[in-house]
Amino acid sequence: MQNWPLLTLVTFLPLVGVVAMLILRGATEDIARNARWIALWTSLVDLFIALAIWFLFDPTTADFQFVEQAAWLPQFNISYQMGIDGISLFFVVLSAFLTPICVVASWGSVKNRVREYMIAFLVLETLMIGMFCALDFVLFYMFFEGVLIPMFLIIGIWGGPRRVYAAFKFFLYTLLGSVLMLLAILAIYFQTGSTDMVEALNFDFPAHLQTWLWLAFFASFAVKVPMWPVHTWLPDAHVEAPTAGSVILAGVLLKMGGYGFLRFSLPMFPEASAMFTPLVYTLSIVAIIYTSLVALVQQDMKKLIAYSSVAHMGIVTLGVFTLTSEGIQGAMFQMLSHGVVSAALFLCVGVVYDRLHTREIARYGGLAQNMPKYAFVFMVFMLASVGLPGTAGFVGEFLTLMGAFQANTWVAFFASTGLILGAAYMLYLYRRVVFGVITRDDVRAMLDLNWREVVVFVPMLAVVMWMGIYPNTFLKPMQPTISNLIESVQSSRETGHALAGHFRDHRTVRSVAFDAAVSGRQP
Amino acid sequence: MIQFAASEFLPALPEIFLAAAALALLILGVFQGDKSAREIAWLSVAALVVTFALVAMPLHARGTDRLVSFYGLFITDGFGAFSKMLVIAGSAFSIILSMRYNEQEGIARPEYPVLILLATTGMLLMISSNDLISLYVSFELQSLALYVCAAFQRDSLRSTEAGLKYFVLGALASGMLLYGSSMVYGFAGSTSFDTLSHAFQDGGTVSIGLIIGIVLIAVGLAFKSSAVPFHMWTPDVYEGAPTPVTAFFSVAPKIAALALFVRVMIGPFGGLGAEWQQVIWFISVASMLLGAFAAINQTNIKRLMAYSSIGHVGYALIGLASNSAGGIRGILVYLSIYLFMSVGTFAVILCMRRQGKLVEGIADLAGLSRTNPGMALALAIFMFSMAGIPPLAGFFAKLYIFLAAIDAHLYALAIIGVLSSVVGAFYYLRIVKLMYFDEPAEPFDRPVPREVQAVMLVSALVVLFFFVWPTMLVDGADAVAAALFAG
Repeated sequence: MQNWPLLTLVTFLPLVGVVAMLILRGATEDIARNARWIALWTSLVDLFIALAIWFLFDPTTADFQFVEQAAWLPQFNISYQMGIDGISLFFVVLSAFLTPICVVASWGSVKNRVREYMIAFLVLETLMIGMFCALDFVLFYMFFEGVLIPMFLIIGIWGGPRRVYAAFKFFLYTLLGSVLMLLAILAIYFQTGSTDMVEALNFDFPAHLQTWLWLAFFASFAVKVPMWPVHTWLPDAHVEAPTAGSVILAGVLLKMGGYGFLRFSLPMFPEASAMFTPLVYTLSIVAIIYTSLVALVQQDMKKLIAYSSVAHMGIVTLGVFTLTSEGIQGAMFQMLSHGVVSAALFLCVGVVYDRLHTREIARYGGLAQNMPKYAFVFMVFMLASVGLPGTAGFVGEFLTLMGAFQANTWVAFFASTGLILGAAYMLYLYRRVVFGVITRDDVRAMLDLNWREVVVFVPMLAVVMWMGIYPNTFLKPMQPTISNLIESVQSSRETGHALAGHFRDHRTVRSVAFDAAVSGRQP
Repeated sequence: MIQFAASEFLPALPEIFLAAAALALLILGVFQGDKSAREIAWLSVAALVVTFALVAMPLHARGTDRLVSFYGLFITDGFGAFSKMLVIAGSAFSIILSMRYNEQEGIARPEYPVLILLATTGMLLMISSNDLISLYVSFELQSLALYVCAAFQRDSLRSTEAGLKYFVLGALASGMLLYGSSMVYGFAGSTSFDTLSHAFQDGGTVSIGLIIGIVLIAVGLAFKSSAVPFHMWTPDVYEGAPTPVTAFFSVAPKIAALALFVRVMIGPFGGLGAEWQQVIWFISVASMLLGAFAAINQTNIKRLMAYSSIGHVGYALIGLASNSAGGIRGILVYLSIYLFMSVGTFAVILCMRRQGKLVEGIADLAGLSRTNPGMALALAIFMFSMAGIPPLAGFFAKLYIFLAAIDAHLYALAIIGVLSSVVGAFYYLRIVKLMYFDEPAEPFDRPVPREVQAVMLVSALVVLFFFVWPTMLVDGADAVAAALFAG
């Protein structure tokens, strides 16, 4: 099976569904019904292939696996090249996991232009998965920026009242960041002579160039993550996007930034990364504390969760730049858990929004009485977002903070403060929505989860608990890649300047501490 | 007495054929009267197809060799053949687009396609000119035909005004070009590109008079390619001229002017790169910025396309500013892709008709995705492509241009370029927003003429699927650009 073009298959299979949908003919309702089923089956088959890739993935090596190569623009050394390692594997699985969930979640709530909606989501799936698999810069950039088109349409067509503003803001912000990255990619091309990522990863860029390239990549990824102060597109986009749009946005698109830092910024520009680490720390801490405070006073549920996303992604960027095994594994884990948990939280908001058509927190209250199943589901995801031990959120935050403590105590201190605030705003949200006495008739009349919503939430609940109880399933395949990454960064820093020596001393100690931490948590 | 051998004529066979075809069709049209307009139009397209083949075949057979004939006045090479193919394709597309429109507006006359053929002949000669004299003569041949085209809807005040405006300003530009040519002749002693190129081979000290001459020639060419700060006529002429003429203006003359720009700067003045590169740099930046910012507030789609085309010229000129084979390759790839994007967009604009009346407001596109999903999808593809969003063709156009800029260390130019492309994305997105996010306005007339539909479909497919197999175009452009520098 290793010889099959599995990555090409998993990437482009959704387009088969798109073609099938395009040739549908008949009455509007028939087209809508058929489009939903086609989208569901296509995305489920795609999920199955993604799981097969995970199953076949060799967790003992740091090399790229399932590598495929084909000539594309041979005279420029630009080729179609796909491959995954421990970092990208889970993002592929995550994208494939969330798409069918989005399809089911939009089953009844999207009523107009259903076919176009499903097409947009399947195209989006292709672009997301392709982006994580691409091993060529031009190919990567095509997927990375191509994502903007379907997302722009999803927000703009099926979004809320201010959807046009939000869609434009999302598009232009992200575009502004990524065009600078395009120039950096071209500059890399002239340094290495090809757009092959693997070659660029092993290339020593001159120090002065590293600074500029790092900044150009940073412009793109910082907007995508998003980091404070370029996060302002996110609350708007989340609030206006349809529920499934928010799920993909929070679940996968934000991860592109974190993935970019890990894949490109750290290994290719180690010296510049070291130089800018204080900047990233500062921005991350501001993001964690400031957006948590902002989340505390939000009146709109989606906006609150959007700000919490910024805070959680702040933890991710912090973890990535600690350059410790725990920090990076924590950041990776945090991205995965945030991908599931925040997606689930947006779905929770979508459930009540479908019934009452408002996201205003004050309109709700006392849902525990008439919606017990919903209250339970919401509670689990809320606690996972807070980082309760036993849920997915805990592992990521714990590991990241452990990494941060070793890198810089003050950074860790401030980051921990943010976590306390995180607990505050989430619990406050939950109290206002779920507890209390029902005062309004329309709230009293709300029905509990229907079977379709249960179908959506059950797999997500299972994954969140699994990640919390036995994180090693996920940590193990990424370990070789991450230690390889750290080693290569440190060795190039050592050759770069003498100070780098102290990184290695810490690393052995940290690995011991980490193993103890993980094994202690195993049941 | 000058004697011409057949081998002297052979390189100019496409131009000779096209000129003869234009004259023959003119006679045919005069005898048959206005009712033969459509027939003449199709015959003109056929003539262009034959010319295309005549241009393409020697390129295929002989490769990119340089061939100078007519006592040094006329040059054929790979670069010329490539640009000519684009020009011919642009002209053929615009004739196809014009047929139904002219019938509906009551201006269907056989002279129209003939004028386009004559203008095209001028453009082909222009691209092949190897002397300041032949440059000027062919330049005027195409310009005069274009002035008439702009004023072709002679009962319309707007069209005649556009024609007059274009004529007055165009005459000024021709004057500049001529003045510049005479200064170059005065200070360098020759009008032949080969002699000039030889004289300036190693740069050295250059007299100020010569610099002024070169700048004046650049002004004339910048005017024709509607680059800032000589763009003022563009929005008015684009708006006033009949829409098929606007479609024609936005592709063929623009491509020809840019090809000539390349020919003149790289050819005779190639050794003086350091002198003119900064001029091109400025024109390029100004065009990109103006194209991006001035388009934001436009409400008329033809005006918007005018500013958009100004911006595109700015991007294409980045390639010239980098003064390298990579830059010329970038220009050629850019122009090829621009041809399809622009023709496709104008095909959609030509379908914007309600109760037989043409509408040109951007707001009239509102809700097009509901009333005519196919057309909306095509226009959305063109808009995203013009904004340079991958995986559409427009992205590759920009990619090769910026590749050349980075290679030539023009970092500031590249950064300004990508930033203004973000601003430009705003107004392209605005059209997508109108079509997809807004409530439908009254639908456009059906059915859409079949030939217009075909042009739209072909362009959309090319733009959408370019990424699958970009090698052919890029390889071709690469070969002819390299040959231009080697020769």
